[in-house]
Amino acid sequence: MKELSLNILDVAKNSVTAGASLVQISLLTDASGWMTLTIADDGCGMSKETLQNVTDPFYTTRTTRKVGLGLPLLKLATEQTGGSLHIESSQEQGSSGTTLVARFDTTSIDCMPVGDIISTICILIAGSPEIDFEFSDVTPTREVSLKTKELREVLGGEISLAEPEIQGWMREYLQEQYTSEA
Amino acid sequence: MKSLAELAAIREKMQSKVALREGEASLRVVVGMATCGIAAGARPVLNAFVDGVNNANLTDKVTVTQTGCIGICQYEPVVEVFEEGKDKVTYVKLDAQKAAEIVEKHLKGGNVVTEYTIGAYKKD
Repeated sequence: MKELSLNILDVAKNSVTAGASLVQISLLTDASGWMTLTIADDGCGMSKETLQNVTDPFYTTRTTRKVGLGLPLLKLATEQTGGSLHIESSQEQGSSGTTLVARFDTTSIDCMPVGDIISTICILIAGSPEIDFEFSDVTPTREVSLKTKELREVLGGEISLAEPEIQGWMREYLQEQYTSEA
Repeated sequence: MKSLAELAAIREKMQSKVALREGEASLRVVVGMATCGIAAGARPVLNAFVDGVNNANLTDKVTVTQTGCIGICQYEPVVEVFEEGKDKVTYVKLDAQKAAEIVEKHLKGGNVVTEYTIGAYKKD
């Protein structure tokens, strides 16, 4: 993985697999250059045993193969900057879900660039147009956000968020927010 | 500035079109988007297929979707093309440029780009 946005694309799919109805992805960078990535979902959550092993590359819930690299790679990406990865999860009925918090020192020479986050968000939404995503990317100088719920209110139930026309609009909507920074 | 009002206008334009489109796509392009695919460069490949299908006005005929790991990680980025009544075509080691070529020759022209298929790759 050469971009953090690729890790985000990979790991956020776990939330989709967990049956989430809402996935929140946020990037928050403070003035000192520390960036916090949070991915929170209301999916089925993980057992204590799974949670303990989840960043072990040779642990996976898949039955077809023995290796699961998504979270280990994200953990590596945080730790090589001096940051960390924390995951909390609950399987309690009514309040189940998983929250992942990854911290990066973006001033570190070993911090990967975020890369094409717009593609990541658009592809995630196109891949699961039926569930809701909330995305935000906030730094001291600008704020970017997209909430599929708001788009759905405008579009009604008939038009899928995966439609090429909607995807095109979404991409430009995000691009404009990124380029209009002060 | 892009606004939600503009989205409402797109909606008006699309409503009739979407009704026509239901269930008509006969070609399905499936891009492997698990850790292995993403790390190997599947994201630009997926983008290239989506853009290519749009630009060639093939959206009525072709749908582009994502899937997980299909078990041949060493050949990623892997793309499978399903067409009714035909054998599945598996393309391997793709990039955005090869994807654009497949849109033009295979999805639009109906001719499989044999040199990018798994069969041709294994022979080398």
